[in-house]
Amino acid sequence: MAVPHDASASAGRRRRPVRWELPALVAAAVAPLLVPPLGGGLGGQVTILFIYAILALALNVMVGFTGILHLGIAALFGIGGYTAAILTVPTLPFGWPFAAAATAAVAVAAGAGLLLAAPTLRLRGDYLAIVTLGFGEVVKVALRNLEEITGGMQGLGPVPPPGAALEIGGIDLGREFVVDPRWFYWLALAALAAVVSGLRWLEGSRLGRAMAAVREDELAAAAVGVPVGRVKLAAFAISSAIAGLAGCLYVTSLSTTADPNTYDFQRSVLMLCAVILGGLGSIPGTLAGVAILVGFDTVLAPRADAWLQQVGLNTTGSSILSFSGWRLAVFGMVLIVMMRFRPEGLLPTRRGAGKLPPAAGNSEN
Amino acid sequence: MSLALPLAETVMSLEFIAQQVVIGLASGSLIALVALGYTMVYGVVGLVNFAHGDLFMLGGCLAVTLVEAAGPPQAGAPAAVGILLLVVLCGLFCGGLNLAVDRLVYRPLRESPKLAPLVSSIGVSFIFMNLGLFWIGPSDRSFPSLVPADNLLPFESLRFSSRDLLVVAVVVPLMAGLAVLVRSTRSGKAMRAVAQDPTAAALVGVNVEKVIGATFFLGGFLAGAASVVYAATITTIGFQMGFQTGLYAFTAAVLGGIGSIPGAVVGGLVIGLVRALGGACLGERWAGGIVFAVLIAVLVFRPEGLFGRRQREKV
Repeated sequence: MAVPHDASASAGRRRRPVRWELPALVAAAVAPLLVPPLGGGLGGQVTILFIYAILALALNVMVGFTGILHLGIAALFGIGGYTAAILTVPTLPFGWPFAAAATAAVAVAAGAGLLLAAPTLRLRGDYLAIVTLGFGEVVKVALRNLEEITGGMQGLGPVPPPGAALEIGGIDLGREFVVDPRWFYWLALAALAAVVSGLRWLEGSRLGRAMAAVREDELAAAAVGVPVGRVKLAAFAISSAIAGLAGCLYVTSLSTTADPNTYDFQRSVLMLCAVILGGLGSIPGTLAGVAILVGFDTVLAPRADAWLQQVGLNTTGSSILSFSGWRLAVFGMVLIVMMRFRPEGLLPTRRGAGKLPPAAGNSEN
Repeated sequence: MSLALPLAETVMSLEFIAQQVVIGLASGSLIALVALGYTMVYGVVGLVNFAHGDLFMLGGCLAVTLVEAAGPPQAGAPAAVGILLLVVLCGLFCGGLNLAVDRLVYRPLRESPKLAPLVSSIGVSFIFMNLGLFWIGPSDRSFPSLVPADNLLPFESLRFSSRDLLVVAVVVPLMAGLAVLVRSTRSGKAMRAVAQDPTAAALVGVNVEKVIGATFFLGGFLAGAASVVYAATITTIGFQMGFQTGLYAFTAAVLGGIGSIPGAVVGGLVIGLVRALGGACLGERWAGGIVFAVLIAVLVFRPEGLFGRRQREKV
């Protein structure tokens, strides 16, 4: 039964992406030329949105594709960001150019992901989730305490912009990145487009199908010869590498790593919310989830709060009367409501794979 | 709680180690009390109740509100009565809240994949955290000093304060009561039956949902009681304290073998000791990292814990 379905899916795989992705990419790329606010503060916020979309897609490789509940994705985001910062900030002796630092950030994050994965492959779903959470906490504590390298609570900075001291055709690229936020917008968009097309390819590849098999039933997958351990390792490495890329873009766009608490459990759960809201395993779903949640968190809520104060509804600045004050509860409600009423997410995948995996252990009953 | 003394000569001294052991056992018994809530709930429904630490935090919020409403301790009423009252009130509050959350959030998901209630409990945890944020504000709140931090021992270098005594006085009876309840009563028997096999328990006439509700209530009660003792001994509370305490307690439960009640107690004491001694050797700021490293090591090398039984996965 499944064979003809799968065959049609893989035949359609080459054509399908064109339906929404290319127009969306073109629209997003042209938008800053047509919409003036994107050349200012809003452009910076949308850039952050793109970066979080990359991070959420990284998490989607774990939770959505492979069915591993990962609660420490922010740690890998942080590892990528700090690697890039350490290699580029003028206060440390490396001073690598952006491209080399970005490559290193991706590689170090992937290595950290493998380090996390190797000893945990045998663990049950809920225990593995807790280990990823513990890993996230250890990384945060380390970033906070290794002050000589990471700058402690102050973070590391200033991270030079991409293309610093690089002149192409008489344009000082580093300066352009500083004065015009659109450059970063395009850079982040290009990275996002690359990640989306990479994951599209992964979805239909042999490895991607092996991941889906592991997600659906680990024991059954092993029984038909899927090398479960290696597939999980690959998922960890790919996901961590993408998270590292997002981290590198993040610190470069902010030109500082900010304080280590930026890479805490809350960030990981925000990403998990986005993936679950959009639909596990679904790439358009993940993008929509990020747009809704991060959009609410960083763009909509601050604006709505400013408006509330302006019209005199919240003159004292009380957090109960503000949208931002409720952000944790909003994320919490999203998780609960989605689990209860629509576990497959808003934009589920066609395979109906969006459901949470049975996560070994359920089968005991 | 901990003495941030330089490493050089102090670590070697016997009194210093003894002091860290006292500190570790005191904080460990509180961790154990919270860990019991994790382990009991896991035992009957197989859920890692992520929101348990934040439930503990809300208990602390209620305690601080009640104490502030009652005003400064009056000369007539001894602090012991006040604390007992707080333990009961906060225990009932947390127990009731835990029960309500189970009915509203986890119960509809009983037949869902195991990760669904886990993700929901992360959601509950965030909602609790937001409530705590509104309740006591974003910064740490100091808890009125109900119990003096005097030294009950006749030594200079080894301290055992009234606060440590308070921990013993609350934790030991609660644990003894729980042990009696689980071992020797009818409802305890039902609880053990559900933990072993819910279907079989239902077949022989155990009201499984009632037992699950009772377990959530008991676990919540212990967390509420622990929060009062925590607030009275540490004397500061903050809306984020639940996350870390919860993780310590979960680590303790896993270390002892999740689902095992004596395991949670031993695990709590061990985690308290590891935290105190490790923090004293490497510096307080690494204490959290050490505990999580222990957690990862236990899960990786002995996932069934010290007292748990290894389960094989079946199709």
